Amino acid sequence: MAKQRSNAFFDNLGRVYGMYTGALIAFVILLGIAEKMGLPPQTIGYIFIGVTIGVYALIGVISRTSKISEYYVAGRSVPSFFNGMATGSDWMSAASLIGLAGTIYGLGYDGLAYIMGWTGGYVLLAVFLGPYLRKFGQYTIPDFLGARYGGNLPRLIGVAAAITASFAYLIAQVTGVGIITSRFLGINFTVGVFVGLAGILVCSLLGGMKAVTWTQVAQYLILIIAYLTPVTVMSYKQTGVPVPQIMYGQILQKIDAREKQIIADPLEAQVREKWALEGRTLGEKLKDPATPAAEKEELAAARKSAVAASQPIRPYLQPFARMDRLNMLALTFCLMVGTAGLPHILMRYYTVPSVKDARSSVGWSLFFICALFFTAPAYAAFARWEVLSTLIGCKIAELPAWTVHWAQVGLVSIKDVNMDGILQLGELTLGADAITLATPEIAGLPYVISGLVAAGGLAAALSTADGLLLTISNALSHDLYYKVIDPSASIIRRLTISRVLLVFTAGVAAWAATYRLTIIVELVAWAFSIAASAFFPALVMGVWDKRANKAGAVAGMTVGFCLTLCYLIGSRFYGLDWFGIKTVSSGIFGIPVGFLTIYAVSRMTAAPSQELQEFIESVRYPRGAVGESSHDE
Amino acid sequence: MNVTQARVDKATLAAYWAENKRLTTITLLVWAAVSFGATFFVEALNAVVIFGFPLGYYMGAQGSLIVFVLLIFNYARTMNLIDRKYNLHEEE
Repeated sequence: MAKQRSNAFFDNLGRVYGMYTGALIAFVILLGIAEKMGLPPQTIGYIFIGVTIGVYALIGVISRTSKISEYYVAGRSVPSFFNGMATGSDWMSAASLIGLAGTIYGLGYDGLAYIMGWTGGYVLLAVFLGPYLRKFGQYTIPDFLGARYGGNLPRLIGVAAAITASFAYLIAQVTGVGIITSRFLGINFTVGVFVGLAGILVCSLLGGMKAVTWTQVAQYLILIIAYLTPVTVMSYKQTGVPVPQIMYGQILQKIDAREKQIIADPLEAQVREKWALEGRTLGEKLKDPATPAAEKEELAAARKSAVAASQPIRPYLQPFARMDRLNMLALTFCLMVGTAGLPHILMRYYTVPSVKDARSSVGWSLFFICALFFTAPAYAAFARWEVLSTLIGCKIAELPAWTVHWAQVGLVSIKDVNMDGILQLGELTLGADAITLATPEIAGLPYVISGLVAAGGLAAALSTADGLLLTISNALSHDLYYKVIDPSASIIRRLTISRVLLVFTAGVAAWAATYRLTIIVELVAWAFSIAASAFFPALVMGVWDKRANKAGAVAGMTVGFCLTLCYLIGSRFYGLDWFGIKTVSSGIFGIPVGFLTIYAVSRMTAAPSQELQEFIESVRYPRGAVGESSHDE
Repeated sequence: MNVTQARVDKATLAAYWAENKRLTTITLLVWAAVSFGATFFVEALNAVVIFGFPLGYYMGAQGSLIVFVLLIFNYARTMNLIDRKYNLHEEE
C-alpha cells in the first residue's frame, strides 16, 4: 500500500520539477523583458533573491513533518535519480559555483587537481561505503561507528570529527550567503547573513531531511542553469558554437599561441622588473625598525603580491608550473578521500529506498556534479582568452566596462607599473570570484543573467549549508542527546531537541560569519583532510575488515585526526615540512597512518564478538535486515 | 523488527564477497590510472592533441570525469547482477 502511494508520488516528481524548470526559465525571460522596459538592476536583484527564497520556504512548509524517519532520512523514499540531484547541490558550494573557474584560471593545469579530486571521490564512495551504509540503514554516520564498533566512544569520536569537519564549512557557506545577498541587494553584510539564515532555516526547520532534499533538488536546477547559461553564450560569441565543453579545446590552442607572443614581449619584462624593484623596496621598508607594526601586515601582503607579479609568466597549459607533481598528486588524493568521508554527503545515501538505489544514486550524484565540473575549465579558458585577446595591449583608459565595474569591488585590480598607458599581463590581477561573476557581462548578456548567477550562487550556498546544518545538529541531537544522554526520550522530545539545536547551530554559524575571518576559506580546505583521515579509515575498515574492533577504531580515528591536525597547524603556522607537502594536502599522512593503526591495534586486541561479526556480514549483501537491528520509527 | 532471515551459508557469502572484491579492485585500478596515472605521465600524454586539447590536460579536465561516471554505473549494474547470481538481492 505504502509502495503504491509512493509510486504515484515518484511519477509526479518528474512533472513537478519539469514544470518548475519551465517556470524558472519563463521567469528569467519575463524579467529580461522587464529589464529592457527599464526595471532597475537593484529591483531585479530583490525579485530574484526574494522569489527563490520564497520557493524554498514553500517547499519547506509543504514538506513539514513530525516523523523521525522523515526528519532524519526523508523517510528513505527518495528515488536514486533525485537523490543524485540533491547530493549534487549538497556537494557544490558557493565556492564551487563562483570560485572554481577562477581557481583553474589562476593555477592552469595544476588547478585540475580540484576537478579530479572533487569528483573522483565518488568512485571511492560507490565501492567502499554508499551501498553498505544504506544496508546498515540508520540515521547518522556516528550511528554506524557506534553500531559497528560497539559502545559510545567510537560514536563520540565520530560526533567530534563530524562537527570539526562541518562547522568551518558551514561558516563559509553562511559567509557566502552574506556576500551574495549584500552585493546584489546593496544591503549591509550582517543583514545579508541573517537574511540568508532565514533562508536556511525555513526549509530545514519544519521538514528536516525531507524538506532539505526536495529543496536541494530545486536548488540544483537553479544553480546548474545559472552556471551553464553565461558560458554557453560566451562560447557562441568566441567560437560560433554554443557547446563550451567541447569548443574550448580550440581556445586552449589560441591561448598557448598568444602566451608565446606575450612572453617574448619586452614590455612584459619591463613590468616584471618594476615589480621586482617594488618588492625590494617594500622588503627594505619592512625591515626598517621605524616602520610602525600596524602597517607591517599590509606591507608584507603588498610585498608578497609584488614578488609574485615579478615572476616569469608561466604558460596556462604547462603542467606543474605552480604546484609540483608530488603536491598535485597528494592534493588530488586528499580531496578524493575527503569527499568520500564527509558526513553530510554520506548521510544522503541513507535516504534512498534500497541498496540497489544507493549504488545507482552515487552514479547520478556524480553525473549531476560533472555537469558543473566539466564546464568549469571551459569557463576558465574562455575568460583567459578574453583577457589575453581583448585586454592585454589595450589602452588602460579604454578598457571594457566590466573591468571598471569589478575593479570597484576589488575583484579586478589594474596597476600601470611601467606607466605606458597600455595594459600588460603583469599589470592585471583577477580575483578568483571574478571569472564566473564577470562572464555574463563579458558575453554581453543583460543584467538579468547576472541576477540569475547570483541566485545560483545563493542556491549553492544555501543547499550546502542545509546539509551541513543537519549533519551538525543531528550529531548533537541524535548521537549525543538521544543515544548517549537520554535513550528513553520520546519522539516528540527528540524532534523538539533537534529543532532547537538546529536553530542554535545556525545562529552560532551566522554569528561567527559576521566576523569575516580570512582563515575560514582555508579551514574549509582543512575539512577534507580531517574527514579523510578521521572518518574514512574507520568507515571503510568497518565494512571491509571483519577483524577491526573498537580499540582499533578508537586508536585509528584518534591518531589519524590528531596527526592531520598537527600537520595542518604545524605546516601552516610553524614551518613544519615533511617531503615538501603543502598544508592543504595534510591528509596524505593521516590517511595511511589511520588505516595502519586500525589494522595493527585491532590485531593486538581481542576479536569482535560473534554478534558483531554477524552484523558485519549482514551489512555486506543487500538481502534481509542487518544483524543487530533496532529501527525506531 | 528482528528478522530471523534464512541464514546465508558461509560458502555462498565468501564466493559473493570474492567477486565483489574483484570488481572493486578492477574499478579502483581504472580509477587510479585515469586520475593519478594521467597526472603522473601528463607530459607524455600532452604530445597527443585531439580537437585542440592536449590529451594530458584533457584527462584532468574531462576525460577522468567521464570515466568516473561510467565506472560507477558499471559497478552498480555488475553488482546488481552478482547479487542475483548468489540470490542475495533485495526482496521486491
